[in-house]
Amino acid sequence: MSDTRTDHIIKSYDSELARLTGEIVRMGELAVIQLEAAIDVLERRDERAARHVVGNDEAIDDMERDIGHDVVRLLALRAPMAGDLRNVYAALRIASDIERIGDYAANVAKRSIPLSMLAPVEPVGGLRQLAKLAAGEVREVLAAYRDRDAARAHRVWEDDVVLDEAYTGYFRQLLTYMMEDPRNITPCTHLLFMAKNVERIGDHATNIAENVWFQVHGEPLQARQKRDQTSSPGADRFDDHQAGPK
Amino acid sequence: MTDGALAMHPAASATTTKIAVRDLHFHYDGFHALKGIGMDIPERQVTAIIGPSGCGKSTLLRIFNRIYAIYPKLLAQGEVLLDGENILSPKYSLNRLRSKVGMVFQKPVPFPMTIFENVAYGIRHHERVSRPDMADRVEQALRSAALWDEVKDKLRHNALGLSGGQQQRLCIARAIALKPDVLLLDEPTSALDPIATGRIEQLVEELKSRFTIVIVTHNMQQAARVSDLTAFMYLGELVEFDQTEKIFTKPGKKQTEDYITGRFG
Repeated sequence: MSDTRTDHIIKSYDSELARLTGEIVRMGELAVIQLEAAIDVLERRDERAARHVVGNDEAIDDMERDIGHDVVRLLALRAPMAGDLRNVYAALRIASDIERIGDYAANVAKRSIPLSMLAPVEPVGGLRQLAKLAAGEVREVLAAYRDRDAARAHRVWEDDVVLDEAYTGYFRQLLTYMMEDPRNITPCTHLLFMAKNVERIGDHATNIAENVWFQVHGEPLQARQKRDQTSSPGADRFDDHQAGPK
Repeated sequence: MTDGALAMHPAASATTTKIAVRDLHFHYDGFHALKGIGMDIPERQVTAIIGPSGCGKSTLLRIFNRIYAIYPKLLAQGEVLLDGENILSPKYSLNRLRSKVGMVFQKPVPFPMTIFENVAYGIRHHERVSRPDMADRVEQALRSAALWDEVKDKLRHNALGLSGGQQQRLCIARAIALKPDVLLLDEPTSALDPIATGRIEQLVEELKSRFTIVIVTHNMQQAARVSDLTAFMYLGELVEFDQTEKIFTKPGKKQTEDYITGRFG
């Protein structure tokens, strides 16, 4: 419905809503760039650059605060209704998901610092593959949000299974490395945490997809079964998805 | 069942229909003001009617107590069934209708007499009531209108000395003193400040357990706050009639969405 709507009688209302969408998209792009930078510093074993990436997360946090402020202002001054209300509500929730994505990207960068002080291990390359999938998901869902394209958001939501499966495969690969040579345990444990962070980025992309769906249709997208297969006994302790650099 | 048929009956099936409007048309000065309105207004709930100026919302409200009957050339066609009886029928006496359907207008219009007499006047017109009973009826009406505590010591003062908000509550007291079934409110707070408006809205919430309330309002936030059901009208037609929560979060029609989000024009 929102795609075909005419402008508001009060023009500044339109520009405020458009600005909100623009802020969310910019915030999301910054989070993706942070993820790509984190993988880059990991591969280059560049401790200084890694600290820079960790520090950059503050910019994302600031953007979330600004968006929160804009949302409160819109709610108080414009009293949005119907599609506008869903628009503003979704923006607040999506900003929160992007902030978490930023945290996970910063976590990856943070763990690359101790990893860079250890001997290089082969499976580092696998993390890039996971990050590529996650970054693709986030970019795609941001485009769906920008265009209010619920079908495109739904595809992202469905396609997250690919990232989940890749994560499960990578998890097993790392376990194999650790079993082969106990000297791999420390670096591979770091990689496990990093991989979990990347997998969680995908989950937040699906959250965003759900909010896009709600924004467009006014009803929730059915909750998805978690496809991460690694949560068996013994795997739980590798899950640090609650950790954040805040 | 068509969308239109669904839109007529948005209330839960457990509620009773108080006013059933059937294919209602209204003309004045060659203007077709209402075009085939059909809706079921449920008992003891608040139904809000919203829409831009000239959409027919006040006209519809006024048909519910046949105010138009004072103008001989005006004609309403169709049916408005109050408890199953067609109030548009000449057989339905105006006196009987007015005792069942009370109305409060945009501008408070107290009679130029005492506060007590403002409430007692209507009762006396419809019933023979003893002096002590009348005092009791007036007190009950003023209490129900949340005005008693403010006026109990000045019942013999002129009603025109009350504030705008108090005058409007006096008008509500005057309407409910007749113990009507239905209370029609035509933009009842548009001349009031936010505090007085809040008091009236609180009153509406309290009164809905005893009366079927229909409120016409330009203030969409007010419709959202006080009503259970909302009807959106445009150019004499009922565009959408549904649960208020649905109308304001996920309306079914684009016209409704455009109006409530401020895109009309």
